[in-house]
Formats: sequence, C-alpha cells, structure tokens
Amino acid sequence: MSEDNYPDDLRYHDQHDWARLEGDEHAVFGITWYAQDSLGEVVFYDPPEVGATIQKDSSYAEVESVKAVSDVIAPMSGEVVAVNDALEDTPEQINQDPYGEGWLVKVRLTAPQEAEGLLGASEYRKLLEG
Amino acid sequence: MNGLRRTPLYEQHVDLGGKVVPFAGWEMPVQYEGIKEEHSAVRTHAGMFDVSHMGEVEVEGPGALAFLQLVLSNDVAKLEIGGAQYSCLCQEDGGVIDDLFTYRLGGDRYLIVTNAANHETDLAWLGRWSRDFDVIVRDVADRYAMLAVQGPHARAVLSRALGIELPPRMRVAHVRVGGRPALVCGTGYTGEDGVELLLDPEVATPIWAELLDAGVVPCGLGARDTLRLEVCFPLHGHELSTERNPIEAGLGWCCAEATGFLGSAVVARARAEGTAERLAPFLIEGAGIPRDENPVLVGEETVGVVSSGTFSPSLEQGAGMAYVRSDLAEPGTELEIDVRGKRRAARVASKPLYRKAS
Repeated sequence: MSEDNYPDDLRYHDQHDWARLEGDEHAVFGITWYAQDSLGEVVFYDPPEVGATIQKDSSYAEVESVKAVSDVIAPMSGEVVAVNDALEDTPEQINQDPYGEGWLVKVRLTAPQEAEGLLGASEYRKLLEG
Repeated sequence: MNGLRRTPLYEQHVDLGGKVVPFAGWEMPVQYEGIKEEHSAVRTHAGMFDVSHMGEVEVEGPGALAFLQLVLSNDVAKLEIGGAQYSCLCQEDGGVIDDLFTYRLGGDRYLIVTNAANHETDLAWLGRWSRDFDVIVRDVADRYAMLAVQGPHARAVLSRALGIELPPRMRVAHVRVGGRPALVCGTGYTGEDGVELLLDPEVATPIWAELLDAGVVPCGLGARDTLRLEVCFPLHGHELSTERNPIEAGLGWCCAEATGFLGSAVVARARAEGTAERLAPFLIEGAGIPRDENPVLVGEETVGVVSSGTFSPSLEQGAGMAYVRSDLAEPGTELEIDVRGKRRAARVASKPLYRKAS
C-alpha cells in the first residue's frame, strides 16, 4: 500500500495501533499505515498465544523488519481468541493490507469502555501531522 | 545543525525517497524502496551504494613499504603496483583498530580506505607510527566520493555506461570518469562481482544519475549490511574491535606474523594456542530473527554473544555471526539464541552462509 490511509470505522491508539470493534465484546487489532511504513517490509510476526491476556498500553506482540524489531502495543485490554496465522508465511500482508489481511489478533474485550479513550481517524491523523 | 556530515550525493538520496539516518557521523541512506528489493537487485543484477562516508589515507615515500609492514597485518611486500590487499590495523595487544583495503597506486604510493567511524583514529595511529619512517601520511578523504557498484551485471553495465575498462578482482586502475581522474577497484563488500569507484566529488552527481539511467538500483546501508552478513564479511564495531584479535575473528588469512607487524606476537600466540572464543556463523532453525548482543546459550549456560544478527533476504531466515566458546564454533553445533527472552534454536554453519547457486 503506497498511500497513507486511516479508515473512519477504526479506533486508534497513539502508539500507531488500531482496533476494529465487533459487537460489544470483541475487537480486531492491527498496526496503522504509519506504523508499517516506519518499520519497512515486515519479515516476521511473533504473535501472542491464543488465550493470552493482553493489557491496554502494553506490548502483546512483535513485528520485525529486516533491520528492526517493533513492539506492538495493545489499544485495549482483553483475551486473545484468535491470531492471524497466515502472517507466518506472508508477513508482508502487514505492509500491503494493514487493516485487512494484515490484522494481528482478535480479542475478547475485558474493558470495552476503553474504546472511548481511543482516537478517531481524524484525531489520529492530526497526531501524525504533529 | 546536527553536526552530521553529508556526502556529495545527499540530495540524490532525498530525491529518490531514501530513508536517511545518522551513521558514523554522517547522514546516510539506509534504504530507498526496501532492503529486500535492494538486496535482491545486488544478488541478481546490479546495485550501487554511496559509500562516500568511508575515509581515504594516502601513504607515500621511500619508507612506505617498511612503514605499512609495521602497521598492517598482511604482507604488504606481496602487493604489486595496481594491486589491492585486505588487512587489519592492530594494536600492540592484537586488538583490531580497523580493517581496511590498501591499494598500491605506484611504486611507493599507497591508498588506504578506512571505515568512516574509525577514520580519525586510524589517521592518528598511522601518524604516530610513521614518525620513524621516511613517509608522508595524508588524509585525502575530502578528495574522493566513493561508489560501490555490485552485482553479477555490475561490470557490464558500468563499463558500457562510463566507457571505461575495469580492472580484474583485487586490482585497481587509474581511469577518467566524467572528465576527471578516478580510481576503479575490483573490490566490494557484498560477495558479488563488481567494483568500487573513487571519484572526484564534483562528478559524483552526474555519474550517479548516469548509472541510475543505466538501470543500476540505488541501495542503502541496510542492504549493504545484509549482503555482507550473508557472506560473513566482518564489520568493525560488531565482529571486530580493539577487544578482539584477528585470529578469533577468523582473519588469520590476512595476518603475516613473519613481517613483525604491531600485534604480530599476540596474533602468533593466538594462532598457535587457539583462543577462548571464536567467531561462528549460524542460522536460526525455524522462526525468529537474531539481533546484535543476543546471548548465545547451550542448556542453561551462556556461551557467547551475537555480534551481528538479521533476517537473511536470500535465505529467508534468521542468520548471523556470534562469538562463542571455541569448542562450540564447529559447523553443525547446536546452539540457542536468546532473542528478547525467547529461545530460538540455531546451528553453527560454515562460511559463507549464502553461496551462489552455480
């Protein structure tokens, strides 16, 4: 994906992560266009285990480019119910389709109200423009 | 002002969308399109690197050979006019101050290419030891821009684009490029065929543009690092330092102790008696990417440390070099690398990690 892009239906964390709410109790997480662009070509995704508890503002996974490792920060708290196993063979999906095929985990939320503290697309854009 | 220096090609890097980062006191492009593409361009076609941050030192005078025999680890007497030779610059205790190429430009005229981070240290060291010799040591770093053009098609594309004859491997030739005198050297740091050009900084920009037009892919320091690591070329500050001698780094082949160079006594002893640790190339088996400074384990025991680790674009797996206890440096030895708390299985491999399919 060569153009920056921040869909309106996502909530954003200022550490460049997104959450897509699914119903009241679930959400899918990933990293933003900005995050993948800063990191460069992703060559490895080290996911958490299904069942792991993840904490808002804490690292729950790592993504690596040839040169660098980046912690992935949880935008919300919960329990991991699925990880994107396809990224084991095609981690470049995180670059090519960060909001679609490049999703990282699906989570059962333990504090759905945390969504209110996240940023909307326009607020996140403003943050990037600094 | 951030105090960082820029090469004559800085604007070109920015125009090409290069990601410019601080490196050894310079603002250098780490990548343009991406490390994997650039790496692959060098393995399959031709890539070019701006390495103008590297330093040059000229050594000239009737005492040049005797002086260089003292400071360089290799046997400089074997260097013919127009030849190139790799050496370590060692302290008296065998510690490696720098690793460098020396080119014999004339009878008693030599050019040494230094690593950017070590250039000033090298100059001071050379200056100090040159006092007893009839020789002049000159810092000529500002006289040259340096371009490495590397890859299986590099020579063909370059000689056609610039209309020059290229010297064979490990030779240097005086040529004219862009109407100015230049040196072209049959050396490189990628494990591929190719040359390094030492150019008048004034002509660096047009020559870069000409090579770009000829289809040579601009490559950053990121790909330079993965390329050299796949073929196990050491990098000073990682595999080499003043804390390590050339023998433990696997560079005994460029040490000729009979010349009596500074550090030769320590090197001779290390060669004869062995060293506690040795540099070992390794591959990760399965998932995980080793990184510099990761501990190396066997069971619960820490047996070494990763000196350079990366994802190898050619092998598509984690790869690196590590200093390990000497009895564990043999190819096939099973190790574990502690990658930020996760143990990753690894196996010592033989050099080079990447070998061209023939």
